[in-house]
Amino acid sequence: MTRLAVPKTYKLYIGGKFPRSESGRVYEILAKKGDFLANAAKASRKDAREAVVAARAAVGGWSGATAYNRGQVLYRIAELLEGRRAQFVDEIVQTEGVSVAAASAQVDEAIDRWVWYAGWADKYVQVAGNANPVSGPFFNISVPEPTGIVAIVAPQTGGSLLGLVSAVAPALVAGNTVVVIANETMPLSAISLSEVLATSDVPGGVVNILTGSPAEIAPWLASHADVNALDLVGAGALDWVDLQIAAAETLKRVLPPESGADAASPSIDRIVAFTETKTVWHTKGLI
Amino acid sequence: MNFLDYAPAPESQAILNLRSDYGLFIDGDFVAGRGTPFQTINPATEKRIAMIANANEADVDAAVAAARRAYTGVWSRLSGSDRGKYLFRIARLVQERARELAVAESLDNGKPIKESRDVDVPLVAAWFFYYAGWADKLDHAGLGPNPASLGVAAQVIPWNFPLLMLAWKIAPALAAGNTVVLKPAETTSLTAMLFAEILQQADLPAGVVNIITGAGDTGQALVNHPDVNKVAFTGSTAVGRAIARSVAGTDKKLTLELGGKAANIVFDDAPIDQAIEGIVNGIFFNQGHVCCAGSRLLVQESIHDEVIDRLKDRLSTLRLGDPLDKNTDIGAINSADQLRRITELTAIGEQEGAERWSADCAIPENGFWFAPTIFTNVSTSHRIARDEIFGPVLSVLTFRTPAEAIAKANNTPYGLSAGIWTDKGSRILAVADKLRAGVIWANTFNRFDPASPFGGYKESGYGREGGRPGLAAYLKPAPSRPRPAVSAAAASKTPAARKKAAK
Repeated sequence: MTRLAVPKTYKLYIGGKFPRSESGRVYEILAKKGDFLANAAKASRKDAREAVVAARAAVGGWSGATAYNRGQVLYRIAELLEGRRAQFVDEIVQTEGVSVAAASAQVDEAIDRWVWYAGWADKYVQVAGNANPVSGPFFNISVPEPTGIVAIVAPQTGGSLLGLVSAVAPALVAGNTVVVIANETMPLSAISLSEVLATSDVPGGVVNILTGSPAEIAPWLASHADVNALDLVGAGALDWVDLQIAAAETLKRVLPPESGADAASPSIDRIVAFTETKTVWHTKGLI
Repeated sequence: MNFLDYAPAPESQAILNLRSDYGLFIDGDFVAGRGTPFQTINPATEKRIAMIANANEADVDAAVAAARRAYTGVWSRLSGSDRGKYLFRIARLVQERARELAVAESLDNGKPIKESRDVDVPLVAAWFFYYAGWADKLDHAGLGPNPASLGVAAQVIPWNFPLLMLAWKIAPALAAGNTVVLKPAETTSLTAMLFAEILQQADLPAGVVNIITGAGDTGQALVNHPDVNKVAFTGSTAVGRAIARSVAGTDKKLTLELGGKAANIVFDDAPIDQAIEGIVNGIFFNQGHVCCAGSRLLVQESIHDEVIDRLKDRLSTLRLGDPLDKNTDIGAINSADQLRRITELTAIGEQEGAERWSADCAIPENGFWFAPTIFTNVSTSHRIARDEIFGPVLSVLTFRTPAEAIAKANNTPYGLSAGIWTDKGSRILAVADKLRAGVIWANTFNRFDPASPFGGYKESGYGREGGRPGLAAYLKPAPSRPRPAVSAAAASKTPAARKKAAK
């Protein structure tokens, strides 16, 4: 007699907790073959706004942590993801309909991406910052600092886990907090990743994951006055120009949609895109 | 005559050789504009200086086409060192004609000659000199080897530092290998046209820099032109927002340097003499027409009265008047429109209950003037504590603890600059860390240097001008090539893998 499986309830991830959508809505997640897999929470405008509140509350702690600490926290995500490889491979095989080998390769790459970005946390400032030789008795130094809250539309095509990680990890490196809309049709690995985040050392609210319709939620994030930057990497199929126009109202930093295998490829540029250069002039003369 | 009265010491205008009409500078030549010409006036006398051409859409087209031809035909093919040599030439020509440029700037803008002579024009030369040296070193700009230029840059600049803003825009663009169409502000086109003459003297290839004059619609046509690859704008947040909307969905790279409402924070242990000078320099430099002006003074409660008394004493010694007089501290407000805005906002300041004090100085009969003004008893909700006034008006707020100072300083949608005055080094570092502003001056204010990046957080815009980031704003990385890698485990190079293989 085969054992009856216990399916998981997939919920949102906001402020380190796993709420259902306040709207009470869910949508069906189907396997590639068309079988029912799960009911995912369909996030509403209010859920998105709650996520921004949680992300704002987390900015101080995360951006105030030492770079060494942030690097270790990001590296620990890789450790925990490695430990749960089988679960992610299984979900990816089901939702994406790919081979076990392809799913394994995707999970490996996602793990390695966390490792790669973890290593940047205490280095990107050295690469992107400068001491500036100004003409006068001043010590002058420029350093990049996190922009604040980054709202992300995760890639909607390609690997559902790798796409998400490729967009979220670089935004976290500098100390930004994130509200991310997961892959709409294949959100399971995103929610499973939030279980990894919740049991790792990432403080609650640093990453907030919404499942549901990007077309419905993204406009609220694009126009939200407390969101500082918008990564449209996975918004190519949406009215993304409208999102960019909405983002202009509060002069958000915006990254455009990307497509193809190179989308959100690992780069220090993705880290620096969500930083602000602060230049401080220190007078040398007053002795 | 007491010791504060000085005999007039006007700088001579004889050094100028102005024309009565200026055309557009397109493809290396001055050509007539197709719009209706307008006059540029001396804001200190309201008298006409010259007629300025007005570029319509066809002129914008012609300028962008000339820049495109120059980009594909000449400039993008030149070696970096040759581009650099042209920029060095321009820097030297600016130095040679420095006095003439300073006089023209003060005449057209209204700023004191001591500022145009000692700040604006020397910085213009420094900017070209700095970026000249970058032109053949782009591999070190921070974008990896062989970064590429963008193409044609559309640049729109404000009236507060006309020639300096031109230099901030043109120097890095050319060093990176782009060509330029620049539009100066409507009220301050004069020095841009003198600069065009300098480009002719430098024998810069035709079309590499095109300067078109006109009002907002000219700028709009330029920014929206489909054959432009880069837009750089310095000006108001409202216009910056409109530009951000208009380039949405295009491949145009965008740099915006917008408004500010900087906090200048004075702690009770500040070096008080220097702080008073710094406060004055922070808000009354260039009549307060400075986006990074220290327009909100946050002073620790325990020294409030002393600081205000000393500030009033110091302001009473400032000399307001003829911008060309070498003794003048406060020149003319740039335009009637700007004077109206300052007047309106200060009236609102009084209505909302803040206490107004203005220096008692004689206001000339003609021209646009505004006496240095301080508001005390200002609260964070007052318009004069929130809106950018862009004039010689200081709003004073108080605080008790560093945490309160930081919270008040950051309580603004802007984030361009801030000042910190204290003798305690660790406090400078801690407060500087927490201020959300792109430029922070510790025990100084309003310092600028081509090596030092400048630009804002939040609604003060994005991108940086100056330094390496200012160069990177005009470049893109070379297309990347994936590097082949060997897997450590697959290559059996790790001790664990070797052990496994040996079994």
